[in-house]
Amino acid sequence: MALSLFEKIWREHVIRDLGNGYALLHIDRNVNHDLVGSLVFEPLDKLKRRMPFPELNFATMDHGIDTDPGRGDETKIPGGKDGVQGLRRKSKEYGVHLFDLGDVRQGIVHVITPELGIALPGLTLVCGDSHTTTVGGMGALCWGAGVTEIEHVLATQTLLVEKPKALRILFEGRVAKGVTPKDMILYAIGQLGAKAGNGYCVEFAGEAIRALPVEGRLTVCNMAIEMAARFGMVAADDTTFEYIAGRPFAPKGALFDQGVRYWRTLPSDPGAAFDREVTLDAGKIEPQITWGTSPQDVIGVSGRVPDPAKAPNAEQRGYLERALKYAGLAPGAPIDGTPIDVAFIGSCTNSRLSDLRRAAQILKGRKVAKGVTAWCVPGSGQVKRDAEAEGIDRVFRDAGFEWREPGCSMCVALGGDKFGPGQRSISSTNRNFENRQGVGVRTHLASPEMVAAAAVTGRITDVRKLAV
Amino acid sequence: MDNFDVLTGKAAPLMRANIDTDAILPSRYLTRSSSQGKAGFGQFLFADWRFDDAGKPRPDFVLNRPEYKGAQILLAGENMGCGSSREHAPWALKGFGIRCVIAPSFGEIFFNNCFKNFVLPIALDAATVGKLAAQVEAGTGNRTMTVDLRQKTITAPDGSAIGFTIDEQRRQALLKGLDPIGETLLMWDEITAWRTKDQAKRPWAYLPKSG
Ligand code: SF4
Repeated sequence: MALSLFEKIWREHVIRDLGNGYALLHIDRNVNHDLVGSLVFEPLDKLKRRMPFPELNFATMDHGIDTDPGRGDETKIPGGKDGVQGLRRKSKEYGVHLFDLGDVRQGIVHVITPELGIALPGLTLVCGDSHTTTVGGMGALCWGAGVTEIEHVLATQTLLVEKPKALRILFEGRVAKGVTPKDMILYAIGQLGAKAGNGYCVEFAGEAIRALPVEGRLTVCNMAIEMAARFGMVAADDTTFEYIAGRPFAPKGALFDQGVRYWRTLPSDPGAAFDREVTLDAGKIEPQITWGTSPQDVIGVSGRVPDPAKAPNAEQRGYLERALKYAGLAPGAPIDGTPIDVAFIGSCTNSRLSDLRRAAQILKGRKVAKGVTAWCVPGSGQVKRDAEAEGIDRVFRDAGFEWREPGCSMCVALGGDKFGPGQRSISSTNRNFENRQGVGVRTHLASPEMVAAAAVTGRITDVRKLAV
Repeated sequence: MDNFDVLTGKAAPLMRANIDTDAILPSRYLTRSSSQGKAGFGQFLFADWRFDDAGKPRPDFVLNRPEYKGAQILLAGENMGCGSSREHAPWALKGFGIRCVIAPSFGEIFFNNCFKNFVLPIALDAATVGKLAAQVEAGTGNRTMTVDLRQKTITAPDGSAIGFTIDEQRRQALLKGLDPIGETLLMWDEITAWRTKDQAKRPWAYLPKSG
């Protein structure tokens, strides 16, 4: 029987089918972070139960910590320190692998799990954060779980899961020069809408996906949740296996070879059934930029923001008016040339070494425009170290960017990092919701190179005009 | 242990559409912890709506009004609990004392998270929710409703009965106060047997025992 990638991994993990579309699944990996803190250990404490498989559980600090050089447990938010110290205390108590502040392995959860070889093809991996879809780019089944679910995983290494439907999005053809994985996923969300993935596991496939390096696939899967899909994935292939080889928690030697043999059996079979399938022409994509307050409010950089007067109905008109009002943009205006105040490169969407390298190419020999605040927050200690070894930090600093410590930072503006009301931000993150980057901040999502281009010109700019 | 069978309590109408999880519990409170654990988030429920910038209660906000003091049932608009997966939203509701939320539709994750925390979300058609809200608001002395999970009925303030539907598995879990971890631990032998087989098949997926 022809099976999809999703179906194969799902079936392999069913311990018991509970009917009604629910199954008890084995969870191969779980990662905690400081926002979840010590809360998730409450039931274990109460039950006075040891964690059965601490070695499959990991923890890092990312959400609530700040990203200032020299930072410590003292976050800038009330109670933040409790999360950091609680997670540390409980991780030690229960024997969970902890990547603490100051450890080169510390970083944003979805950056470090592939980087450290914690995420492998064919695994189930959960984390108490909805962007866990990111890690599906490794060819694994990865999703964001609620706190009660994480408690269940810690206590049993299993989870009761409702089986999603299967959606495949095929990117056929090749992307043009200057078009990045971020543009691909923003384009897909713009085409399909922010609700299209509700109830689905999305497999991204097709020529343009296969051509992507692993880090690009992670970027694409990162935003599956922005189309409301709880799961996103890309089939693993030789590109993935090469990426995994030698990573600290990845299998070694004969075990690795055995893994590869198994992983090769996972891609969707020809003729596998999907509940829905969509084909997009990758060649049509240009650098994307959001204009409104949802990732689906996205256009090509040469486009114009919509005009509510042309909306097909009152509901749509109301939506557009509200979004434009928040964004402070005129109906029908071209987006290219819109002045910006802040530029941010970071987050689990786009803070990996390849992202920073590409942004650095734009920044090289240029300066951040007057009046613009520009930040770069590498996704992990390892990314930061690698970038520094290549001199990328110098390029950023020389251009006038702040080069900060790894964490979620302005993606969620929890850790005390914040922009000011009314400021216009261009950001390599994944959510442009109202107030996401601070009260009243107007966020435009784009690729790291688009952020770099806007930082140096002081305006939203088609990066292709600056590329060499 | 938590459970839910019959709830008789005051209902409060908050008839806005798209009340997102950030409104239910603003993100700046996510990292707050207190000796009360999850229940401690109740003090921050709807913080931006309940309190002004100086932290003083806004007298006109429904949950601050004396007639809704101690409300245990919340009536809300379309797409209640949309937004993020934060489970702090149902914790805050429950910590505040809300045990049942009635709305025309719900954000999917919020809906699921409510069950996990023994807060009962009930979807009714918009007209019925509107009618309930109107009765509560008219408040001719009676803002009380009864939600009977055994019978799957709601008794409106005017005494009329309204049926509702709910997934049977979920209903049982709420009624019995089933703790999901306890449930799963009953299957421990089965899980161990599965694992032994799986470990032979996917040895690369496991890591050495720590500590
Ligand atoms: S970077 Fe943003 S999206 Fe990613 S884990 Fe952190 S807060 Fe979540």
